[in-house]
Amino acid sequence: MATAGSVPSLQGKPLWLLAELTYRCPLQCPYCSNPLEFARFKNELDTDQWIKVLREARKLGAAQLGFSGGEPLVRPDLEILIAEARGLGYYTNLITSGVGMDEARVAAFKEAGLDHIQISFQASDEELNNYLGGTDSFAHKYEMARVVKKYDYPMVLNIVIHRQNIDQIEDIIRMTVDLDADYVELASTQYYGWSKANAELLLPTREQLARAERIAHEYQDRMQGRMKILYVVPDYYETRPKACMNGWGAVFLTIAPDGAALPCHAARQLPGFDFPNVRDHSIEWIWNDSPAFSRYRGFDWMQEPCRSCPEKTKDFGGCRCQAFMMTGDATNADPVCDKSAHHARLVADVDRITAQPLEAVRAKPLLFRNTKNSRALMRDGKA
Amino acid sequence: MTDAVVTADTVPRIAPLYRFQWEEAQACHVLLYPEGMVRLSGSAGEIMQRIDGRTPVASLLTALRTAFPGVDLEPDVYTFLETAYGHGWIRTVAAG
Repeated sequence: MATAGSVPSLQGKPLWLLAELTYRCPLQCPYCSNPLEFARFKNELDTDQWIKVLREARKLGAAQLGFSGGEPLVRPDLEILIAEARGLGYYTNLITSGVGMDEARVAAFKEAGLDHIQISFQASDEELNNYLGGTDSFAHKYEMARVVKKYDYPMVLNIVIHRQNIDQIEDIIRMTVDLDADYVELASTQYYGWSKANAELLLPTREQLARAERIAHEYQDRMQGRMKILYVVPDYYETRPKACMNGWGAVFLTIAPDGAALPCHAARQLPGFDFPNVRDHSIEWIWNDSPAFSRYRGFDWMQEPCRSCPEKTKDFGGCRCQAFMMTGDATNADPVCDKSAHHARLVADVDRITAQPLEAVRAKPLLFRNTKNSRALMRDGKA
Repeated sequence: MTDAVVTADTVPRIAPLYRFQWEEAQACHVLLYPEGMVRLSGSAGEIMQRIDGRTPVASLLTALRTAFPGVDLEPDVYTFLETAYGHGWIRTVAAG
């Protein structure tokens, strides 16, 4: 964003630190971005190890900190980590389902210096919300959103949008208005991890999307100055890829629950990587010197059509995980790009998936994100 | 164009959504907000750090003239404050 009085942002520092405190979660959302094999990782970093991560990353220039998971509220030391982070000068964001929260805890977060709470909803309809989350959480989320507001937090509500809730987008926006949200993220499902496994049941049709987009834009105009609505379209329908993570190892650093350092939270699925762990290495070494973080930095790793493409400085060739999932080679162009030789196959896949009627899609079972399913996928060699 | 929001009598304050601080690693002042950051130029940082919710623009200008003598900074200060207001970085305190 170019603005008067500001200067262009610097590359090369891990400005965004995502602390995935745990893979444990009371919800079972079928579009979860955690790895399918999350049940394999049980050895969570302890409080002192997280504090070391926070200090080292801050020293390297990290300014935004997201506490995420799984469900970060599962960690009883969350208040301690928030207080430490705030003391270090981070802007602290709590990314939560709201399950595990109560008013006393929100008060404790405020006391610890938490800057912002983002609550996710699965739908605006209680039954659908609870079905998608695999938990009776809707009423509690609603109550917690009110409490967040009561404690004077800027409130971001996040709703992941997909084929099974996209037609209710107007009700969803009305719910966020009723909750007096400051920002609303209507985030189309991105197909990684569990959502990739459920893509056939989640990908909206072109017609659904056009309608949803029109409604979202109407409310963007209507709510201007009161509530900001961010509408993210699914990139499968685009012809240019997203600038994923603003480039590999450019601004974004994820620390997974077991201490693995990742350039993005989905990168774990890429083959041939030995992602460094904060138990063995400093954040400084991981960011500046580790082979994993430098592998796709800059442009030298690219193949055609990216290598000679004038747009490579804008989108960095898109998403490495998507390139790997669809072409088997992470150094290929993201097939979302219509310059990719694999783009036609993506379009054909999308057409085939969305040709199935909604009733037929709804009749099929979603693969819920839970420990049992994760173990079963690993046992069957699918994760 | 709408009428200017910021006049000599305006008392600006930093909007509650934003946190203003010096970032050592960036060597500049920044505004932090949910999941984002605005890096401020040197002059923008000088203006912002004098905004405290009590001082009117006329006094901000006096303080800035003292800090930077011989510079005609008034038009730039108004331009920046209008921009900052437009982005929602600052709000105005009602005159009491």
